[in-house]
Order: sequence, then structure tokens, then C-alpha cells
Amino acid sequence: MTRQRLTGWGRTSASLSSVISPRNEDEVAAALSGEVIARGLGRSYGDAAQLAGGVVLDNAELGGVSAISADGLVTVGAGVSLEDLLALSIPQGWFVPVTPGTRQVSIGGMIGADVHGKNHHREGSIGAHVTEMRLVTPIGAMTLSPTHEPALFWATMGAMGLTGVLTSVTLRMIRIETDQVLVDTDRFGDLDAVMAEMSRGDDAYRYSVAWVDCMTRGSHMGRAILTRGDHATASQVDDAHLKAPRAARLRVPLDAPSGLLNPFSIRAFNELWFRSAPRHERDEAQSLATFFHPLDGVGDWNRLYGRRGFVQYQFCVPDAAGETVVEAISRLSSSRVPSFLAVLKRFGAANPAPLSFPQPGWTLALDLPVGPEKLPGILDGLDELVLGAGGRVYLAKDARLAPATFAAMYPRLGEFLALKARVDPEGHLTSDLARRLHLGSPHG
Amino acid sequence: MDNAFGQPQNVVVLGGSSDIARAIVRKLCAARANTVVLAGRNQELLDAAASEARDYGATSTATVLFDAEDVNDAARVVDECLERVDGPVDLVIVAVGLLGHQSAMEDDATASARMMNVNLTWPVAALARLRARLVVQGRGRILVISSVAAVRVRRTQYLYGGAKAGLDRLAQGVADSLEGTGVTLQLLRPGFVRSKMTTGQKEIPFTTGVNEVADNALRGLASGERVIWSPPILRYVFFALRHLPAPLWRRLADR
Repeated sequence: MTRQRLTGWGRTSASLSSVISPRNEDEVAAALSGEVIARGLGRSYGDAAQLAGGVVLDNAELGGVSAISADGLVTVGAGVSLEDLLALSIPQGWFVPVTPGTRQVSIGGMIGADVHGKNHHREGSIGAHVTEMRLVTPIGAMTLSPTHEPALFWATMGAMGLTGVLTSVTLRMIRIETDQVLVDTDRFGDLDAVMAEMSRGDDAYRYSVAWVDCMTRGSHMGRAILTRGDHATASQVDDAHLKAPRAARLRVPLDAPSGLLNPFSIRAFNELWFRSAPRHERDEAQSLATFFHPLDGVGDWNRLYGRRGFVQYQFCVPDAAGETVVEAISRLSSSRVPSFLAVLKRFGAANPAPLSFPQPGWTLALDLPVGPEKLPGILDGLDELVLGAGGRVYLAKDARLAPATFAAMYPRLGEFLALKARVDPEGHLTSDLARRLHLGSPHG
Repeated sequence: MDNAFGQPQNVVVLGGSSDIARAIVRKLCAARANTVVLAGRNQELLDAAASEARDYGATSTATVLFDAEDVNDAARVVDECLERVDGPVDLVIVAVGLLGHQSAMEDDATASARMMNVNLTWPVAALARLRARLVVQGRGRILVISSVAAVRVRRTQYLYGGAKAGLDRLAQGVADSLEGTGVTLQLLRPGFVRSKMTTGQKEIPFTTGVNEVADNALRGLASGERVIWSPPILRYVFFALRHLPAPLWRRLADR
């Protein structure tokens, strides 16, 4: 068993773990005798899928995709990537009910983070579409569903792997007639305008997301591009196909110098991005990949942030606290801390999972290069702001929360810890993130 | 666990009542440090440093007593400190050191050897144990407090400066040996610092207070640079001083 240096997608906080790739439930069970955490494709931004000095179970060998039933049910190995699942399902006319912004995630990882997509305001996060899953815990393997062991089923959703190791997941796919999405695009000169339009009009669209510029100050602060749409039916496009998206053909070959993404280059990029979007466009046909996974076109793009890496800060706040979004963007733009295009979206109803992130209201995600001396303090300040507004920060993105802040943001933490203790009485399931946040780990 | 910004949550300090270490601990506690273990030779001073750490935000503190003249005790001290941390340790600060009055020691074989024990041998023994323990952890950082006195040894402080020079060079070797282990070692080289160690001594150019040293240390911990100078300009000043002819150096340094 060799030790491997692991980080999250943000490439911060590296640690060494012993990595093994179990091929079946028995091999997973055998590995749960010591401190351990599962890892998928490593797309969590922080330290969730690494365990200094412990064992990391790479789920890559836990494969297999069943036939898709007539009503869309498919059972998928936890280590199957979303890319591979879609390559099989799209040609048969099925799409996943929820997709994050990349296909480079494992199905197990999607459950661990209870991922959400552009349709959260209408269809919730992935948890709402899972009918059954197989979880190996230190006290044994079990089948969980919303009706069988529902408490543990939901505790596993969004728990970053801390209740056990998933081996397979059954989820309900949705029917598509084409591999196209019909998209409406609108450009807004400031944040208030785009938020007003999202509050008013999002419910009419299945998918909706806004890209916000956090570098522009003054009257154009928070100018944004709003894209909304739905799957195109066969009659809505000229030639209807069902082709799977292609894998990335470009790759960032090496670490960029740390200063490549600086306030000037990011501002220039944002300007270009903003100006290249149409002011107002209706029913433009876009491929699934262009609409859902624009960053998958370039592999290893995280290397653009250089040696010191980057953090993603994603929070959500209730509807009534929309001004928190304005305040957060205003603080960032006035501090001149560089941040790439931010993603703004509306969340619908929460699910019953105690550690699931989404709650009704707004969510904002920001990519921030590590380096500026004031950045840690600015984000600590945003934590307070978000907490005060009744919001929270997303664990799948986190690499820097303080344990007390985390506990305050997730008031059902106690309930989760009690459930975790039931299946993991000796606290074997832990991670660098769990240790940092005192999340059911006996260690700080 | 260290976070993405290199802010530690668990900190062990060997030489925990050192003024520089205390200033660093205060700032670490104001950020993320919640568990602080302080080891030193004077319980009263350690208790004061621990209470200060709690004032600045630590939720759990512990103290461990040791005598740095007892070089065979270093491994025990390291083990005991790490046991007081619940889980992996994020940062260990090695701040053991004694300046003393050289004129009273330089012709005394026992006193000279004691200076080497406290400033060099004990810290080296502790580093050996730390290295082994942290490599098993797969993660962790060590900050060794060296001195600009290690870069060019002054006639009036060669016992202290010589010992620090040994520690400084050795620690760089340790840092290289840690490559790829998940563990890192950094050196802090402060210039003349106003503290209880230097009370009564004449101040020289680039003298700073402990808070400024701590600010530079935190900046260095965040950036990860191998050698942290305080103030930063001393990197260039000592590059020049290191190459000064000996007669000139004596005239400058002996004043």
C-alpha cells in the first residue's frame, strides 16, 4: 500500500494517505477496520476526500451500470463517473435528474455532496431522485431507501462519506428526446436587476443559472448573464440527435505561475465573457455539454490557479436575505480580491437530509485564488454575514470553515452525529475535513 | 487540521514561554488555533502563556515541563506534547533557546557546552522525534525559530550564534528530507527583537518588536516559503553582511 499525496480540486491542504481500490463489498468491508474515507474523482474543492495518515478508498473499481428500466430506474456502481453514465444513457434517451457543473464526478461522490444543479428551484438536489443505495458501514453492509432505514438514507445524503462507503446507487432518470437544450439568455447591467428577474421568472424554466461579475465596482456592480432553458423536444430542433458529449480534448499541461489569475487578467476575462453574451436571445439550441458542463471542455483547469491553488466559497441564504448576496459581492468587489465569474442561482425546497446544503433562497459560488493576505479575513467575515442571515456554506466546496461556525450553520449536526455513531461506533469514518470541522471524528 | 490558508487548529510549542512564540500563538489563536500545548521549563510562565492563548481564542490548552539541558529527555517531551493534542498536530513551533551573557561563559567549558545543549542538541533531538511522528501522520508543519545570528556569527554572541547556525543548517537538511512526506519545515530568522531575552542589550538597526516578528511568521506560514526573515529586508542585508571581509564585519558587529 503506497502513500499518495492527495488534495481536493482546489489543490490546497495536501496530505498523504494510503490509497486502495476495493473491487467489491467484501473488500470495502475489510478496509473499514481502521480510519478510512471514500474518494471518487476528487472534485470536492477542499479536504473532504483525503485522510492524513489513514486509508483512502478510491471507488474507481466499484463499477457497473444496469439496464435502464422503462420508468427510468438505473442502478449504478458508486465509482461510475457521470460522464460514463451519460455516455450510456443519452443515446437511449435518458438524462440524469440532477447534474452538477461537471461530468467528472463519481455517482458516489454525487450522493456524498448531495449535488444540486440548475434545476434545484424545481426539482431539488440528487437526493430526491435516489430510490435505493447500498452502503457499507463498520457494522455491516445495508440497503437504504426513503422507506427502509430512511434516517440513515438521508443522513448519508450530503455527509461527505462519513456514514460509510457507497457501493451502488439506484436513481430515477428523466426522458429526453434530443441532446439539445433550448436556452434563453439575458444580460443585466447590475445585480438587483438580475435578482429581480430570477425571483419573478425562474419558476417558468426548468433550468436557470446566472453568471455574475464580481470585479466590477460602482453602478455596474454584479452585472450578470442569466441563462435559462429546458430540454428540446424532437419537434423543436431541426435535426434531433441523441449523442453523448465528448470527453475533453484540451488539457492544462502544467501548473500555471501563481500570479496568472490576477485582478487584471480576471477583469479582462470577465469583460470578454460579459460582452460575448447576447443581450437578449430566445430559444437558442445548445448542446447538453455546453449548457451543463461548460468547464469540462478543458481538462485540469484547476492548474490555472498555480501552486497555491484556490478556494471556492459557496453559501446559501433564505429568500428574505437576498441582500446578503449583494453585500457579499460588494465586499469582494471593493476589496479588489480577484474572483472569477460567480455563479448565482435560486434554490427550491430542502430535502430531509441533516447535512444537505441547499435550502430555499439564493446560492452564490465564488472561485478565489489563494494568495491575497486579506482573503482569509474577508471569508471569515462572509461566514458571519451568512450565518447571521440564517444561511450556510457548502461542505463540498469548503476548505477553511472554523468548527464552531460550521456547527452553527448546520443546526441538525447533533442528529447527524447520533446516526453516525450508530453505524460507526468507533469513529473509523473520518477525513481531513471531518477532523478540521470536528465532524464526528474523535480528533480535532 | 490546517485549512486552505495554512491556518493551523492544533499547535504545539517547544519553548512555549518564549516572547516570540507567545506573540505567534496569540495571532494563531485569533485565526483558527483552538488547541495549544506549551512546553517549557517554568510552570508559572507556561501558565501565563496558556491563559493568554485562551484569551485569544484557544479552547483547550495544556502545558508540559522540561529542562532543555537534559538532551535525553527531548523525545519524551515531544511524545507527551503530541499526546495532549487530540488527533493530528498541525504545527509545531521549536522556540527553545537561551541567549545568556557570553562574556561570563566563553572561557568556561561547562557553560559553553550547556549553551550548545540548550540551543542546538536538545532542539535537534526534538526534531528527530518530531520528524518521525509527523511523517507517520502524513501531514503537519514545523517552524524552527532560528536567528540572523546564525547567518553570520558575531564575536560577542558566538555561543548563541554558533548553536543557531548549527540548528539552522541542520533544519534545512531536515526540510529537504521531508519532501514528499506531506510534512514541511520552515525556518524563522528574526533580527534583533525587543524581548525579555534581549532586555538590557543595545538596539541595532532593523530592531523590531515581537508582534512584527509574529506578523512576518504568519505571512511566511501562509506562503510556505522555506526561510522567513523578519523584517523581510534582512534577507538582503545579511546577504551583504555574509560576504563582508572579517575586519569590517568585526568593526560593524562588535560595536
